[in-house]
Amino acid sequence: MRQHIISIKEFEKKEIDALLDRAETIDQGNYDPKALEDKILGVLFFEPSTRTRMSFEAAMARLGGASIDMGGVEVSSVVKGETLADTIRVVSGYADAIVLRHPKEGAAQLASEFASVPVLNAGDGAGQHPSQTLIDLYTIRQAMPLEGIDVGLLGDLRYGRTAHSLAYALTQYDVTIHTLAPEGLEMPPNVVEELRERGVEIVVHDEIGEFTRALDVMYVTRIQRERFPDSASYYAVASSYRVTPELLTQAKEQMIVLHPLPRVDEIDSRVDALPHAKYFQQARNGVPIRMALLLEVMG
Amino acid sequence: MKDEPRVLQISPIRNGTVIDHITAGEALNVLKILGITGTTDECLSIATNVVSEKSGRKDVVKISDRELCTEEVDRIALIAPQATINIIRDYLVCEKMGVEIPKVLLGVVRCPNRGCISNTNEPIKSRFEVTKRGLHCLYCDWYLTEDIPGHII
Repeated sequence: MRQHIISIKEFEKKEIDALLDRAETIDQGNYDPKALEDKILGVLFFEPSTRTRMSFEAAMARLGGASIDMGGVEVSSVVKGETLADTIRVVSGYADAIVLRHPKEGAAQLASEFASVPVLNAGDGAGQHPSQTLIDLYTIRQAMPLEGIDVGLLGDLRYGRTAHSLAYALTQYDVTIHTLAPEGLEMPPNVVEELRERGVEIVVHDEIGEFTRALDVMYVTRIQRERFPDSASYYAVASSYRVTPELLTQAKEQMIVLHPLPRVDEIDSRVDALPHAKYFQQARNGVPIRMALLLEVMG
Repeated sequence: MKDEPRVLQISPIRNGTVIDHITAGEALNVLKILGITGTTDECLSIATNVVSEKSGRKDVVKISDRELCTEEVDRIALIAPQATINIIRDYLVCEKMGVEIPKVLLGVVRCPNRGCISNTNEPIKSRFEVTKRGLHCLYCDWYLTEDIPGHII
């Protein structure tokens, strides 16, 4: 049993597999709907999120627990200048666990140092998002074994925390990682170096057809418009890596497309109807995975 | 030349700290990381590019009436790993220690990542582990690999 869920790097393979197994059991309806009926989850979201927040709240409700939140940042004590450390200390007195989304990297680590209850990291800046990574792994595992596959990461690999976290988790398995990113948004050299030190093979691509043909899993991330100096340069990059039905004619028949959502233009909506598209199933998987995590820290 | 008298370049101090074997040219950086500037009132002696049998050239700093604490020694270790610290009391060397870069640096280095929580007004000190690839921020996971002296707090 873990006290906090801060970074996917903390997890060994057997722990990841055990959590995925637990989520699968929950997904099959085998769980106690009153398991957390006397528990309260403090939901602290310092930046917008729809899926992560709602799936944590849904997971808590499915287990019979309650959720409390601080409202939007604009109506919280943050506008009075309260530190995160103080907020965490206060909410520790109200809730049995805290789920935190924060724009600063390392915020969840800080929170774990001041909290007297478990902290679950729901994304901190461009840093870690461990529950999303478990959802990604779970969705892959529903389609194919996690061993011996080729996983491609496409999009903003510089700032995309979900791509980094997934890559770190995949180093626990016998997986080849392929990357394709717009110029300037490549995976940071220190991340690549660390991944290689962990023994994973990384293949860097610059052509999307070759990239697509190599993969069992294509993990697409949103290219963030705010990283570009103007709309024209954003659209030039964004449209260069658009996933379309035409592109996917080159893919393996069993290849799946994942996206942590929300998407903008990077996946054509016509892809939604293809058997490759698993991103809505991926979003749905947020609930059993987060139920497994809540049981892990509070059960 | 053969009978040139030997003279001391810096006079002894009664109480305080002598930092010896500083990497040549780093004495002023050592003062900077100790917070010693032209407006502070320490009584100092500094020698730079002194001939050293051990290292060829070295710098030496003597600070009267001040004994360095562990965090200050940690900072010095980052830019002068060969330095030795001598604590002087009543003209005698009472403690002599080498500097050693610790496994974890607490409040010594500022994280270069502007998005790191350690660069905000939270009640924490920066925390880095020393790795072969550089200094690893234990909050945001970034690596500091270049210009470490420039990031010393």
